[in-house]
Amino acid sequence: MDTAIMLSAQKEVDFMIHGVFSYNFFGHEVWITTSHVCLLIVLITLMIFFFVGGRIFKHADEIPSGFQNIVELIVEFLDGIVNSTMGKYGKNFRNYIGTIFIFILFSNISGLLGLRPPTADYGTTLPLGLATFTLIFVNKIRYQKVSGFLKGLMDPWPFWLPINIIGDCAVPISLSLRLFANILSGTAIMALIYGLLSKIAFFWPAALHVYFDLFSGAIQTYVFCMLTMTYIADAMNTEG
Amino acid sequence: MEFNTEFIKGCSAIGAGLALIAGIGPGVGQGIAAGHAASAVGRNPGAKGDITSTMLLGQAVAETTGLYGLLVGMILIFVQPLAK
Repeated sequence: MDTAIMLSAQKEVDFMIHGVFSYNFFGHEVWITTSHVCLLIVLITLMIFFFVGGRIFKHADEIPSGFQNIVELIVEFLDGIVNSTMGKYGKNFRNYIGTIFIFILFSNISGLLGLRPPTADYGTTLPLGLATFTLIFVNKIRYQKVSGFLKGLMDPWPFWLPINIIGDCAVPISLSLRLFANILSGTAIMALIYGLLSKIAFFWPAALHVYFDLFSGAIQTYVFCMLTMTYIADAMNTEG
Repeated sequence: MEFNTEFIKGCSAIGAGLALIAGIGPGVGQGIAAGHAASAVGRNPGAKGDITSTMLLGQAVAETTGLYGLLVGMILIFVQPLAK
């Protein structure tokens, strides 16, 4: 089993997840795959970024300069989109939205660095969807109480209960599948170009990288966070 | 009736191609959304930011059905569940 982390290093069309090594976990054979390795690289990069950012803000200047400027720009942008979407509840969710925004964005654009994007693995996006689902459920119970939750399920008639349950359970699946399929399609197209057109693939795939990795990745990140905020704000809306 | 594996693989490829016809719907829908957003910006250029973010959100939701078709096609070609 070869350890093909680098997409562009392949000679034939290959964008699948490969196993790096396997070990026994209480009798089960568990594989560490390229997704785990890429995820680890992304996480270490983010940790270094957060560590440096935190150290700079220990002794921040009145007039920001250099790296402090970048960090303030990112934080202000994230606070802006959370506050404009969720209004007065925004300050409770800045941390969660900011974290998943930066994580998904870095994962999506890691295709630029030759990694297989970790979000092109359904095992990465489904937990993100389930975390959002848990937040929606908890906030619905907290703000609408159990009676309001049950009333919402039987809206407009009790007859509609199964349809409402299916609609609620479809939220994490559609959220995670949307992110997964978008990134997977970009990865597949880049693998097809590097695999089938490897003889003439000089320079011009860079334009496709800009579209599939930067543009599509940023749009999908924005959409995932916007939908998460919209669903949570909808769950906290006690009037309707 | 028994079919050999090559025949099933070929039929899977045809099925994958047919599944990607699902891409027509999101294309038309996203085009309509972008067209209306463009005319909205023309009428009210001050609200360009809000219009753009609303358009992108709606387009991303409309895209979902096309992506389901894409996933079906990818599974038919690369996982080949029918040829096993």
